[in-house]
Amino acid sequence: MSTALLKTVSLVKSFSAAGNLFGRGGGTVHAVNDVSLEIKSGETLGIVGESGSGKSTLGRLMLRLLEPSAGRVEFDGVDLASLPRRELRRLRRRMQIVFQDPYASLNPRMRIGAIIAEGMRVHDLAPRAEVKQQVLDLMERVGLSRDVFDRYPHEFSGGQRQRVGIARALAVSPSFIVADEPVSALDVSIGAQILNLFIDLQEERKLTYAFISHDLRVIEHISHRVAVMYLGRVVELAPARSIYTSPRHPYTQALLSAVPTVEEKGRVERVVLGGEVPSPLNPPPGCAFHPRCPLAEERCRIEVPELKAQREDATHQSACHLR
Amino acid sequence: MNGLLSVENLQTEFHTEEGRAVAVDGVSFTIAEGSSTALVGESGCGKSVTAMSIMRLIQSPPGYIRGGRVMFDGRDLLSLGEAEMRAVRGNDIAMIFQEPMTSLNPVLTIGYQIAEALRVHRSLGKREAWEAAVRMLELVEIPDPAERVATYPHQLSGGMRQRVMIAMALSCDPRLLIADEPTTALDVTIQAQILELMEALREKTGMALLLITHDLGVVAEHCEQVLVMYAGRVVEQGAVADVFAAPAHPYTRGLLRSLPRLGGSGKRLATIPGMVPPLDRLPSGCRFRDRCESAEAACAASDPQLQECGSGRTMACPLWCELGSLAATESRP
Repeated sequence: MSTALLKTVSLVKSFSAAGNLFGRGGGTVHAVNDVSLEIKSGETLGIVGESGSGKSTLGRLMLRLLEPSAGRVEFDGVDLASLPRRELRRLRRRMQIVFQDPYASLNPRMRIGAIIAEGMRVHDLAPRAEVKQQVLDLMERVGLSRDVFDRYPHEFSGGQRQRVGIARALAVSPSFIVADEPVSALDVSIGAQILNLFIDLQEERKLTYAFISHDLRVIEHISHRVAVMYLGRVVELAPARSIYTSPRHPYTQALLSAVPTVEEKGRVERVVLGGEVPSPLNPPPGCAFHPRCPLAEERCRIEVPELKAQREDATHQSACHLR
Repeated sequence: MNGLLSVENLQTEFHTEEGRAVAVDGVSFTIAEGSSTALVGESGCGKSVTAMSIMRLIQSPPGYIRGGRVMFDGRDLLSLGEAEMRAVRGNDIAMIFQEPMTSLNPVLTIGYQIAEALRVHRSLGKREAWEAAVRMLELVEIPDPAERVATYPHQLSGGMRQRVMIAMALSCDPRLLIADEPTTALDVTIQAQILELMEALREKTGMALLLITHDLGVVAEHCEQVLVMYAGRVVEQGAVADVFAAPAHPYTRGLLRSLPRLGGSGKRLATIPGMVPPLDRLPSGCRFRDRCESAEAACAASDPQLQECGSGRTMACPLWCELGSLAATESRP
């Protein structure tokens, strides 16, 4: 883990929200607002946040599945926006995505084997005669039995479909995978199997992950570093251990304390946040978290806090005037 | 312990093109007055079907309640006429669901919808019912209830809508609230608010709660009793603190171990191999045996029944029950 494989620099993505029939209520939503971070080779960056925090948009920006409104994404030192279509396509072989909904992300009219093989064919990665063997090997690796090669997605459970999604991503031997809530739709016992598969594959193939989830418990198991997002901004960025043992940002603290756990010991005092996540159409001025923050002061209502390193630990960044 | 609701040997099945699927197969449990009980299990284990059967809301066809009794306050709900059952729903037993948007009428104000329940069940006048609706919104801590009462569901966030559903459910003072995954669609900070609210209201009103959830963390923090279901059966039942401290059934143990938890940084998770079998392809004998680490030849031969296993606990695994002291089970084979 040394060099940055992926880097975002002051990344912004805004969407214009259509107004109602009469043109009222429209505006601009900054889904991702000024995000700068790095993911090192071989590392998992966990991206956690509630609905509307911009985590999925950030994941799609990293792969240039969405065009940024400002800022840039560098993959292996190359600015993605500068690449012509052809070269972008070549680079895409090295970056893949696994989606949350294994029902919606597999073509229902294609057989499992063909779904997994498609990327290999498109990128011309293996001679025809060898494709099938490679697909079968991959299927075996992700825990699918070889005899499902000719079956269709609807014949499978959610967990098995997610294995197909993972095999499809691996088929082109990528170095970077964005996993967007890959276990959220699965039952606990199946989710654990899939999470372990991600962990094992990373070790075997030196993969780099951006792992997106709303579930802090899942994020902790898989991540080396964690970015906490709130209304489009990263509010805390730190090594996983440090974020879970000594969260700095009041939002991270509240989020952690809100996680229901089965353990008695080590239970932190629950901070139940009042209010709700404000509309991203009309975010509060200053620190976007201030209306719900137990510590907010005058300054928080005016100035947007910057993400900056903590004095006692340079690897731990937090965007709070007070912490 | 006073039994408010007692489900005895409930059996609900669905007829599909592929054949007959018994979704709930001989489920029995009791809920005490004012208590909170969690019904947990993975998708397809029959927890929602159990709740819908209690409320007699199973759509028929394809669903049929084939057997058993649902005793509520001395009456068997399964033998009531439709009109009598309608009086039970809402009045005695209320239910809330996972997705509040689909349970609310989008073209009526939330005030109208809460007031409607009061007018039907409590024969209140229009004005009285409206005022009562405002008080209910206040009870569920919706800010500015006097103004919010005239808004439509789409103007509210998911958390606020779930508060409205709770207000509606509680408007007739039910003695039992069945909540089917009430916070699953909500963000974790909003989930914490709703669960806290439900607990406060339960204390205030003395109603009993049957909470259906797949989140064992929610169970640990908000319920007293727990029922663990697997493939249409209850496999373990007991006080939450006891079951979580020393889970007895191999399925419960596997489930608890495979739970991602805080403090588990960088660790692989323990897993249960395989997956829940489809209802039309259940193995013979114990339904969990294909995935069970302790399974023996005998498990294929006989279908284990729930049995007493020490202090107020029952479970359906003769192997682990015989081992005696539950507290020591974790260190056993």
